[in-house]
Formats: sequence, C-alpha cells, structure tokens
Amino acid sequence: MSHGYLHSVSLDIEKCKGCTTCLKRCPTEAIRIRDGHAVISPERCISCGECIKLCPYQAKRAISDPLSAIRDYKYAIALPAPSLYGQFDNLDDIDRVLAGLLALGFSDVFEVAAAAELVSAYTRLYINRTDIKKPVISSACPTITRMISKNYPYLCENIMPILPPVDIAAMLARKKAKEEHPELHDEDIGILFISPCPAKVSYVKNDEGKRPLIDAVLSVRDVYFALLDVMKRQGDDLPELKSAGMVGIGWATTGGESAAVFNSHYLAADGIENCIRVLEQIDNSDFTGLDFVELDACDGGCVGGAMTVANPYIAQARLQTLRRYLPVSPNRPASEWIPDDFFNKQSVEYDPYHRLSPDRKEAMRMMREIEEIVKTLPGIDCGSCGAPTCMSFAEDIVKGETCADECTVNMRMLFHRYLEEHREASRQASMTPDKEDPS
Amino acid sequence: MSEAIRFHFDVDGENFSSAGEASVTVKKKLRQLGYPPDIIRKVAIAMYEGEINMVIHAHGGDADVTVGEDEITIVLRDDGPGIPDVALAMQEGYSTAKDQIRALGFGAGMGLPNMKKNTDSLQIDTKVGAGTTVTMKVFL
Repeated sequence: MSHGYLHSVSLDIEKCKGCTTCLKRCPTEAIRIRDGHAVISPERCISCGECIKLCPYQAKRAISDPLSAIRDYKYAIALPAPSLYGQFDNLDDIDRVLAGLLALGFSDVFEVAAAAELVSAYTRLYINRTDIKKPVISSACPTITRMISKNYPYLCENIMPILPPVDIAAMLARKKAKEEHPELHDEDIGILFISPCPAKVSYVKNDEGKRPLIDAVLSVRDVYFALLDVMKRQGDDLPELKSAGMVGIGWATTGGESAAVFNSHYLAADGIENCIRVLEQIDNSDFTGLDFVELDACDGGCVGGAMTVANPYIAQARLQTLRRYLPVSPNRPASEWIPDDFFNKQSVEYDPYHRLSPDRKEAMRMMREIEEIVKTLPGIDCGSCGAPTCMSFAEDIVKGETCADECTVNMRMLFHRYLEEHREASRQASMTPDKEDPS
Repeated sequence: MSEAIRFHFDVDGENFSSAGEASVTVKKKLRQLGYPPDIIRKVAIAMYEGEINMVIHAHGGDADVTVGEDEITIVLRDDGPGIPDVALAMQEGYSTAKDQIRALGFGAGMGLPNMKKNTDSLQIDTKVGAGTTVTMKVFL
C-alpha cells in the first residue's frame, strides 16, 4: 500500500538551505537533509503539510493542479471546500464565491459542505450501530487516516467506513450533471476539487477512496486569488446557488463535524502533535465512553491547511459570521439507511513500515547496534547530521543510509583531540634537544 | 538464541503530562523489531498502566524492558509507600488515588487489573514504606 505513495510536496532546491526547520518538526521523521537539502521519504510522509507551513525560505510548496485544468473539460464542476469561504474579508454571501466560480469558467458548482451534511446525517445513523468498534474516528482528514494506518493497527477498524464529504460531493455532482445534461459523456465531465490542503491532493492522486471520483485538485490559494479579481466586478444581483447550511460550513473548523453528530460523547482535537497524543491514549484504551473522535491534522481544522491564505482563526471567525443566518442542515438524506455507494470499498489497513528487517533476528541485531551507536552520540538532537534526532541518525547508520562521520559534534571533538595531540607532539619535540643540532 | 535487548527508562514522578512516554517509546521499538500488533498492544498497555501507577502513588521510579525473541519482560521499580493489601489492590475499581488525581481522569482502579489482563505473568514484590517492584512477562 505504501509502495509508490505520491506525496504532494515539491522542493525548490535553489531555495532550500538545508536548514533543520522541517527536519525537526516532521511528525513522522520522514525528512532527512542529504547533499544540503531536504529529502522526503514517501513511505513515511503523511502529507500533513507541516514542512510547507514551516519552511522559512518558502522552498517547499504543495503540489496542486493548475487553474487551467478547468478548460480541460467540456463540463467542469467546482467542488469548493467550505474553508474557501473563510478566506474572504467582509464576505456577506456565499453565493458571491459560487457565482465567482462560474465566472472563472466552471459549468457548475457543488458545495462539499452540502455533501458534508449528508455524511453527518449518516454518521449519526452509523454510530448508533451496536456491531461497530468505538470510538468511531472520522475519516475526513486523510493525514489522520494515513497516520493510523502506519502506527495504530488496532485503530484501523475504528475509522468510519463512510466516504469523506469530498468523495460524496464528487459522486453526486457527476450524477447531477448526467441527469441535467444527458448528452454529456463521462469524459466530458471534470470534477475539480478546491482543496485547503496537500493531503487531499495526495488522497486523490493515490486513489485512497479506491475509485477515481475526482479529476483534479486545485488549491484554495490559487482559486482565491483568481476569485478576488472576478468578484470585484460582481453586481448585487446574485444567482441563488448555495445549498449548504450551518452544519456543512461547520466542517471547515475543528469541532464542526463533531457538533453535527448530536452526541455529547465526542472528542475533537486539532494540530498533528495533539492528534498523535490523543491517538496514543485511545490506543492504550485509556478513554472509555467515547462515541466519536474528530481529529484534524491542521491547527484550527481544514481552515489551517497549507494551501489556504488566511490565518485559520481569522477564517474561523469569518465562517461563524457567514453561518449565522443559514438554515441548520438543509441537505437531508433520502433514506433511513446508509446507501452502499457511500461506503469506502477499501478499509484502512495496517502498513508496518517501521520494521528494521522482515527477519526478527536480523531486526534485533540491528536494534542492538543502534542502541550501541546512540551511546556514542551527543544526544542533543541538533539535526546537523541530516537526521532529526540522534536516535534516528543511529538508525540511518545501521540501515546504511549515512555514516557516523556525519555527526558534527563528534567530529569537532575528534578534531580537538587531534589538535591537542598535535600540540602535545610539537611541545615534546621542542623540549627534547635534537641530537643532530650542532649546538 | 540471540541476546535480549534491554531498555531502561526513568519515570519522572513530578510530571503528569510526560507519564506514558516510556510506553510510547517501547511501542516504537517493538514495531521496529516487527512484533505482532497484539503483542505490542499488550506490552504498551501494561507498561502505560504501570507508569501511571508509579507517578500517582510513588513519585516515579524506573522501568526496565527486556525484549527477547520469545518473551518480553517489564520490571517497574519504585521507592514509594508500598501496597498494604495486594489482593485488594488487584480488585477492579479499587483505588487509593486522591481526588485531585481522579479529577485528571486517573485512579479508576483499573491499573493493576489491566496490567494482569494484558500480561502472561505478573509478580508484585512490595513492602510498606520501602517500595514496590512489579515484574510482568508477555510471551510470544
């Protein structure tokens, strides 16, 4: 499953100074500095986007499809994430954004927030089932599901099997287009998701929903700048396009998805480090009586994604204002049961990428060697060797990916020792009278 | 038969928020060694409960985890108050934790029972006023 994983971070080698900022903050230790610049291990990367947000030199960027992808399809449908609406200052009506998307060349818009309301309704049905593992963990954040698949084998079954809102939106948008325009062929329709984060780009590229539902992923940032321009020219006579209510828009920020479950036994956490701590504790079965867990890898939720423009908390405040006069949840499911095609066909599976070796004896030999090497390292986790910690450096040495000489602290000590020996030798030499000296 | 690997941890009794960190480290090591998920889970839970116990009742202590090919041994040592009645302490729901500890969500009286449930052998050597040593084994 992890083989050939495509992450969504590009690196500008010219701009990367090989500093240790991203190296030290990567939550899965997926980055190494090699030959003076950052290298990501696709196997370990969870596409959280932290390195993009942290890079002081803007050397890292999220990879998304260009705006011109709109023109690749006869009938391009925009799927805006609700976080898009929080980017605009003084926005009084979501229809301004949606009309703007049509002006950019989209043939139709389908709000992801509308699909989110259906997912919320089905989540309420799902968590009342008695044959499931609790707490149910939201499947909305692809970084979190990937994190679970790599580290928490016992929590894989807790992940909600219902597809995330974006997949549902894609499915329904295509269906709607075919109903309204029977003349369109499948390849004429393009489903373009406007995403706040690179994790969703990776999710689509790696087809983690296991069905090619989305054709391209644009960034909220690119679309925002293009929209600013067209929205300036808008009049006040806007078409009625919006269909999502308070519940759907609420999904853009942490706690929104949980609140929509209408059950007080929930936990909502944001920020990848906090989420990891929560997962560790759930994994130790330290929580009981919890029905639902929402974990958002980004600070503040999806509004904190690496492909957004606004500060997440400012975006959240704006969304609160926008939500105020909307109906609660206008999108209601057609059935009292969860339709089959709303389920993810592929369950999340454990991917034990940590193993030092497939052979336990060999893994133990390597571990012993790692523990011995760590004892010789300074333990200050400075990152100068190109690994985030002395422990990971020792692991890299044993795996043959680097050599012990890369430890600058040890090398400096060695250098001082040589220097000292050299000084001592010359001092000795000057004190001993040279036999061949004629004086 | 290859030599077992030993990991040593100091469990800081002053810091509640760091409690459980040794368990996280052990989990990571066992994953690297490729132990099956159910074994890792047992060891992690037993270790976590033990660590929390040491922090709540004994102002910390130390832990040694010995990882062998067919068994994993966890030894938790502290110089705390000791356990006056081990049989009582082993009962589910029995706890002597103070109210402020319970307010943090600990002290549900499931620590020792969970340790027993998740290990294949559990031995408690304790002396009131001197300390407690808990030795747990998980067999593969």
